[in-house]
Amino acid sequence: MDKAKKSMITAQVVIVGGGIIGTAVARELSRYELDVLLIEAEAEVGWGTTKANSGIVHGGFHEEPGTLKAKYCFSGNQMYPKLCEELDVCFEQNGIMMVARTPHEMETVRLYYKRGKERGVNVQLFSQEEVARQEPNLDPKIVGALFAPEGGAVMPFELAAALMENAIQNGVKYKMNTTVIDAWREGDKKYLETPEQIIRADYVVNAAGLFSDDLARMFGDDYFSIRPRKGEEYIFDLSVKDVVKSTIFPVPGKISKGILVIPTAAGNLMMGPTGDNVEEKEDLGTSQDGFNRVFEGAKRLVPSLDARKIIAQFAGVRAASDRGDFIVELSPNVPGLLHLAGIESPGLTAAPAIAADVPGLLEEAGLQLEEKQSFNPRRAGVVRFNSLSREEQDALVKKNPSFGRIICRCESITEGEIVDAIHRGARTLDGIKFRVRAGAGRCQGGFCQPLITQILSRELDIPVTAVTKAGPGSEQVRYVAKELYDEEVR
Amino acid sequence: MKKVHVDVAVIGGGPAGLAAALAARSEGAEKVLIIERNTELGGILQQCIHHGFGLHRFKEELTGPEYAQRFVNLVKDTDIDVLLETMVLEVTPERKIYAVNSENGMLEITAKAVVLAMGCRERTRGALRIPGGRPAGVYSAGTAQRYVNIDGYLPGKRAVILGSGDIGLIMARRFTLEGAKVEAVVEVLPYAAGLTRNVVQCLEDFDIPLYLQSTVIEIHGTKRVEGVTIAQVDADWNPIPGTERKIECDTLLLSVGLVPENELSSQAGVAIDSITNGPIVDDSMMTSVSGIFACGNVLHVHDLVDNVSKESERAGRYAGRFALGTNNSVPRRVKVQAGNNIRYVVPHEVSSTEPVEFFMRVQRPEDDVVLDVGGLRRIRKASVRPSEMLDVKITPEQLQNLEGDTLIMQIIPQKEA
Repeated sequence: MDKAKKSMITAQVVIVGGGIIGTAVARELSRYELDVLLIEAEAEVGWGTTKANSGIVHGGFHEEPGTLKAKYCFSGNQMYPKLCEELDVCFEQNGIMMVARTPHEMETVRLYYKRGKERGVNVQLFSQEEVARQEPNLDPKIVGALFAPEGGAVMPFELAAALMENAIQNGVKYKMNTTVIDAWREGDKKYLETPEQIIRADYVVNAAGLFSDDLARMFGDDYFSIRPRKGEEYIFDLSVKDVVKSTIFPVPGKISKGILVIPTAAGNLMMGPTGDNVEEKEDLGTSQDGFNRVFEGAKRLVPSLDARKIIAQFAGVRAASDRGDFIVELSPNVPGLLHLAGIESPGLTAAPAIAADVPGLLEEAGLQLEEKQSFNPRRAGVVRFNSLSREEQDALVKKNPSFGRIICRCESITEGEIVDAIHRGARTLDGIKFRVRAGAGRCQGGFCQPLITQILSRELDIPVTAVTKAGPGSEQVRYVAKELYDEEVR
Repeated sequence: MKKVHVDVAVIGGGPAGLAAALAARSEGAEKVLIIERNTELGGILQQCIHHGFGLHRFKEELTGPEYAQRFVNLVKDTDIDVLLETMVLEVTPERKIYAVNSENGMLEITAKAVVLAMGCRERTRGALRIPGGRPAGVYSAGTAQRYVNIDGYLPGKRAVILGSGDIGLIMARRFTLEGAKVEAVVEVLPYAAGLTRNVVQCLEDFDIPLYLQSTVIEIHGTKRVEGVTIAQVDADWNPIPGTERKIECDTLLLSVGLVPENELSSQAGVAIDSITNGPIVDDSMMTSVSGIFACGNVLHVHDLVDNVSKESERAGRYAGRFALGTNNSVPRRVKVQAGNNIRYVVPHEVSSTEPVEFFMRVQRPEDDVVLDVGGLRRIRKASVRPSEMLDVKITPEQLQNLEGDTLIMQIIPQKEA
């Protein structure tokens, strides 16, 4: 469509990108009397780099002193307990352990210990015996470790969805399936062109993740680039439990934190990620080679891991910048354009702290901030049937019978939870899976997918053939039975 | 919470559960309850609308729903209780069952005997770790079967099927009959994994190519499957470089094996056989937990439903007796072991005074062989195939002649026998 023919909408602040950064910023800005619009290219929020994140809330001892990563990681970590409590999302503060396999590696561990101490991180040094006592399934060759009890785990997708939900509750508007195809500035105003519309904004927050450099370039900012780096992760069955209590890190390599063994907040054990520079920003393929490296790395930490218990794998692409650090700054060339780019690890941990700085940065650029009296930091809690006692489950079903229908048998997820997720914004099978874990279990949706397809069709009032796995183009079933046969006969 | 007391609780209303419940009731157990998670009885048979069921049992070629209906009708003629749309969440070693449905809320069911008949699930892409992207269009064959046969939707129009298990073969024909094109069936083994009759009737009759010793090494596409790359494999199942070939398709079906669903069993403390992935049972089909029995595909994956019915009747009968307190096991316990070219044998041990029927599968195809039953019996077989179960009966009299406490089943070439 011609630019001139497109309708125009306006907003004071437009956030481009609904990943963990965009959603955290949306919630933060919803504290003020502002007209905020978040646009996201995918069908739901949290679907880019966020959904493939390991879910670790880092301790804050890894990062080089003086970097933005160090600053935001530590302060982000400190914000997590309250944030997760307000949003009613799962936060397991199960600690982080960095282990040394040799006395030489132990020297490095001691450096991280010192680094953490200086920063105020709660860190402890463990002897071989202490490691063995706390984590008996680790390789007995491990000589010692650094333990950060305030590290933890969240479900990144759940968090992004919750942040968005709370932001919407507090007045933020949103548009999904909305890609920016062009962007420019005229005077004080910034313009974002989508396939259908033109959006005029006073301020633009660039939280476009992997595509943040593309958006910057559309505005004429050509001073940073995203270097996509892929990570593959492998998930074990829920029955593989109590293998490790904390997330186990090796001594890090030059560019990444290495292959980890991660007890996820969802309860599954996970191993990964790889860290491979890739050409394509959307290269989400997993590989045999990636698996081999992950498994080898993970077995160096936990030798008893059994590959036959793996139920799923996925890959995500980190939006690393060529600067090697986060980019959190107002554009030097375009007034009112704020770049939040290059947010690779520990971006999830850092997200609340980065977001907390955004109102101030925009104020610096001229935005008037007036606190919203009606701001409610709490999201209405989500019912998790399988975490209730039998008596509570009984009472819940008596109140709402749809909680008595188990749809996902592997994870005991009820129809009530699925319908609630749809009412909270889930639009796709993946969206349901990421939000409530229906289909995330050992059968990988084999049994419940057809049922959830029906529920989505019913609740969204769309044909079954329009229900998608992950947005337009990914329809789950394409044809009505016999439709093709009839075509052929005619 | 509603509390219920029964003699025999059967978890699962598929062919195994139906046969077990009927047998328990016939044996004299008064309160028998079937707990079924689906909206109707019959289990997976309800989506198996092709024919070929019941040849042994009824000497007829029935469809899956027809076969199920025969048992459903028998159940209806009894006072067996049925709870539909009811999910069992927990079974305790003391035989307490927690189940939920929307009408009753949480139920606490105390049973004198429990029969596990939950069936199996399909192995997934994740378990195989097929490299590539994760677009829409990848289904396990049974899921696709449900979409087509129960819900009335066809997932796609150009399919590749990985694995030549029976459901995959059946779905190759189904897709073709629905107007879709099946480009290939790809099997990593040097022979088809499903029944020979299905290879003939579902592939050969429709000119669908079967590529043996081959596998899918990559899935292409971001939103929707756009194709797969297949390659030949060596003896260790590693892809052979240079044999890769891309096939365009919008659908990939997986028919790569079934896994008994024993999460409830494990929770109840039931010991699991690492080969069958099902409970370890004696010849009364009782598991390692007293009063908990198992049968059907939750015990081991069967070839024919006729065999499921037979085995489940045995489980139901003994569960009924256990509930009545009339179980008659003998002190002597014979361990059953898989010998040469036998992958597994069920039951795993013998302790009763009645004739025992063993089900077993071989590891690899072999022709002109003898099945040696612990030296007690020798049965000539023109051929043995992993896809087809072997069954053999042993009488208590024959068992008397066994030396030692271990019965070894083995396959011996006829010329050596």
